Amino acid sequence: MTTPKRHILAGAFGAAAILATALPAVAQQRPAQQPAAPAAQAQPAPAAQPQQQATAPSGSTIDAIRARGTLVCGVTTGLAGFAAPNSQGVWAGFDVDYCKAVAIALFNDANRVRYVPTTAQNRFTALQSGEVDMLARNTTWTLSRDTSLGFDFGGINFFDGQGFMVKRALNVQNARQLDGATVCVQPGTTTEQNLADWARGARIQIRPVVIERLEDNVAAYIAGRCDAYTTDVSGLASTRAVQQNPNDHVILPDVISKEPLGPLVRHGDQRFADLVRWVHFGLVAAEEFGVTSQNVQEMAQNDPRPEVQRMLGRTGGLGQMLGVDNLWMINIIRTLGNYGEMFERNLTPIGLQRGPNALWTTPGGLQYAPPFR
Amino acid sequence: MSDVPADPRYARQAPRRPLRLSWSDERVRNIVWQALVVGGVLAVFYWLYRNTSYNLEVRRIATGFGFLEREAGLPIAESLIEYDPSMTYFRALLVGVLNTLKVAIVGIVLATILGTLLGIARLSRNWLLARIAGAYVELVRDLPLLLQLLFWYALLQALPGPRQALNPVEGVFLSNRGLKLPFFRWEDAHSWAMIAFVLGVVGTFLYRRWARARQMQDGQPRAVWPIGAALMGALPLAVWWALGAPFQPDIPFLRGFNFQGGLTVSPEFFALLLGLTLYTAGFIAEIVRAGILAVNQGQWEAAQALGLPRGRVMSLVVLPQALRVIIPPMTSQFLNITKNSSLAVAIGYQDIVSIANTTLNQTGQAIEGIAIIMLVYLTISLSISLFMNWYNARIALVER
Repeated sequence: MTTPKRHILAGAFGAAAILATALPAVAQQRPAQQPAAPAAQAQPAPAAQPQQQATAPSGSTIDAIRARGTLVCGVTTGLAGFAAPNSQGVWAGFDVDYCKAVAIALFNDANRVRYVPTTAQNRFTALQSGEVDMLARNTTWTLSRDTSLGFDFGGINFFDGQGFMVKRALNVQNARQLDGATVCVQPGTTTEQNLADWARGARIQIRPVVIERLEDNVAAYIAGRCDAYTTDVSGLASTRAVQQNPNDHVILPDVISKEPLGPLVRHGDQRFADLVRWVHFGLVAAEEFGVTSQNVQEMAQNDPRPEVQRMLGRTGGLGQMLGVDNLWMINIIRTLGNYGEMFERNLTPIGLQRGPNALWTTPGGLQYAPPFR
Repeated sequence: MSDVPADPRYARQAPRRPLRLSWSDERVRNIVWQALVVGGVLAVFYWLYRNTSYNLEVRRIATGFGFLEREAGLPIAESLIEYDPSMTYFRALLVGVLNTLKVAIVGIVLATILGTLLGIARLSRNWLLARIAGAYVELVRDLPLLLQLLFWYALLQALPGPRQALNPVEGVFLSNRGLKLPFFRWEDAHSWAMIAFVLGVVGTFLYRRWARARQMQDGQPRAVWPIGAALMGALPLAVWWALGAPFQPDIPFLRGFNFQGGLTVSPEFFALLLGLTLYTAGFIAEIVRAGILAVNQGQWEAAQALGLPRGRVMSLVVLPQALRVIIPPMTSQFLNITKNSSLAVAIGYQDIVSIANTTLNQTGQAIEGIAIIMLVYLTISLSISLFMNWYNARIALVER
């Protein structure tokens, strides 16, 4: 009676032991293979301790990216204008350009980026766990994300707000008329919470339909499961632009929240956070100084303004302070253009106006860069 | 196996040998190996725990379950208990658990009924019926569940909008907003009547047991149905009557964008229920078929020799014996329904996974969120397992 029992017990422990020995081995192998795949020229030496590298607390994200040879950038699963694969299957868009800009600063090569599509739900885990180096993914800067989620935001590259899109046939003029309506909303976003907050504040009844994938969500709205679809106005414009008949849909004038969107990185690596932040400021400052992809070389040679000279790396060694090449801004602007050019290339075609995203020198504009000194 | 061996000689214990502290002693070796393995496993868990807490600490990611007390602020479309976004995360998660239980329980009941019918149909002597059941099983088993869920959801969305809703019977509306049924305003009296009904069911069950036991002694059959009708029908009615017999019809009507009032079956719930039921019924049908075929042909012949018609042979002789074969794999199917209900995220039914995902996204506490999901599924699954194991032990062949 006792012996078979003991055998079973021993067998169970044996299985557990095999598992236990296998687990750390798997954990150690995985990151070593991951960076090796996209770039064959990656240095193999630091791969021995990449888990520490990829997620280490202080000052090594840049080193890890350099060792790997590619920047791993979390983007949306597909939002025309911001980040979506084009007809050749190449990622393009406003957020994608931010990934490219950081890659250019690090490698002087816009192609050294691996894009990881993330959903609204898994994006933060992906960044926290070190699966991606940064997120450029229509993410709203909020206090709790800055603190308890453990992120640093690299500025605001798009001032947005939440709005509603309805079918023109419904004849709805403003959001307050949506009392009793069913509204499609993506889970895991500030959007979901804003919707509830706004409905409570406005004392109206809203029935949510919460579908995880963006495409399924839009499909439910198009099929008539929901009366309205809510997300950031930029996202609405992007969705509306790719519909068969964009004029069948109207974006209501009400904006129910502030949604400052920007790229973000993990807490604990100030050097990388600084780089991402100043890449953004550089793009904005370039527009302010009139530096474009066409004239950047000429400006670097001839422009008399000291700040332009410092930004373009002729003097001051600002690039070195950030830990990158001094010609970083020249390289970025030559390939991608300044903030205004990026906006025009990606977002103007989907029907977005500059609005608050104009430079601070224009009335109503909010885009502002601290001095390059 | 029984604990008391028939032969007393086998009951004797082997003489205990004193423990020698030597590697050649099998018991010493066993103890050493087991201690090593247990120690190793514990060390791995400790390492995982330390690693996680260190990394969380370094990134200053908040930990702990304090967020459960905070206001959730997330909207939930359907809920069995009262809920609005000003309530806590705990309440929101509770709503999610109940939604999971709702679809799982209804799904299990429907899939069992449908699966049993299909399994019997597949063995039918009617050629057409048997082939249709066979084709159904093959088709449904071979397609991925997620695909089926999306198919049903897309199909339900193709229904007309609320203004052109199908209206087969007065007060019943079918549109892409779901099925609207007339109901009545729920009040306390109805809840009490519900409780009385549940008590009535328990009472009837106890009476039946007592009646059976008495019949064994005196041979007198006692009809259960009059007592059952009184306990399950008259008692709740009497309670409802005593509390003032409130009844206010609640008939759905179209106002603004949507139907107001009445009872709603949302397309999300319905698509999920349909997908889970039809999918799992295919598997259950095969289990039932296997169970029936496992009953010896002689049992059929013996029962028929007694003059029982085919239907009663099935219900009185074959199915009770087949149950012994059916129940253990059935437990797995019930667990599958429960776990597969987490695919709800894809079609927007707010079950525990959906709500916990949103929670962990808003609070950023992924580890706690995932732990809650795991705990919920583990609890539900273990409960189903325990119940089914108890039931299995009850119907198992008692060997002497």
